[in-house]
Amino acid sequence: MVEMRSAEADLVDRLRGGDEAAFVCLVNAYSASLKRLALAFVPIEAVAEDVVQDTWLAVLTGIARFEGRSSVKTWIFKILANRAKTRAIRERRTINFSELDDPFEPDQPAVDPARFLPASHPMWPGHWASPLDTWSASAEDAVVGRETMGVLQRELDRLPASQRVVVALRDVQGWPAAEVCDVLGLSEANQRVLLHRGRSRLRAVLENYFKDNA
Amino acid sequence: MACQELVEVITGYLEGTLPEFDRGRFETHLASCASCREYLEQMRALIRLTGKLTTRSLEPETVDSLLSAFRRWRDSQTVL
Repeated sequence: MVEMRSAEADLVDRLRGGDEAAFVCLVNAYSASLKRLALAFVPIEAVAEDVVQDTWLAVLTGIARFEGRSSVKTWIFKILANRAKTRAIRERRTINFSELDDPFEPDQPAVDPARFLPASHPMWPGHWASPLDTWSASAEDAVVGRETMGVLQRELDRLPASQRVVVALRDVQGWPAAEVCDVLGLSEANQRVLLHRGRSRLRAVLENYFKDNA
Repeated sequence: MACQELVEVITGYLEGTLPEFDRGRFETHLASCASCREYLEQMRALIRLTGKLTTRSLEPETVDSLLSAFRRWRDSQTVL
């Protein structure tokens, strides 16, 4: 434990001491992820850039008081999340942040219910009404690659804010669930619901895309 | 397990949070349903594709202004 924390503790000490290399190291390591998270809250490039910059200034003024109760990474991302929320409200974005507290809106099935046989079906209630088109094996082909990625990026940007933030951190940044819960102040169950809704929606979009381009 | 239930618990399955009993029902269903196996593979492909989205980094001007801010901060620390 002591060994694991020492590299980070060392970085914090160097930053406190005014070591520019330590600052550059942190900025390089986290700025892209910070910007991604800021964009999830306020999808305007220039504003996101601004929020990240503000965050780094807050890190400098706050580093003397940083007590190491969480990791430096979590601490920095929490600063960003708070600032991005404030900024989103100031920019009068119509983003419903209460979604983050209560993602359980009724009736948001992962797949259109019309795709399944009715509950009254004598043999196969709730089973696929017709077999799924198979595109999973070719989805990552280099030929379709660039355009598919464009579609995916656009649809990610269109997800409701709370789903977008969770999918961006989990699947784009590859964070573990526990870290996402910590930074966003979400319960594990709510985090999973948001991830599920977001992924299900993106899958449906890819399905339509591959159907149109088959 | 019906297909309509499987698509709702699939994230729990992938996250490893599905209770043992439901995990068993999930896997039993998969073994006999080609469409649900495809659905699971579509989810996995989606997750891999999403992981390849690139993140735009900071503009060089922002980095420059951050470094200037850092130097001002450092110098003010020294004075104190």
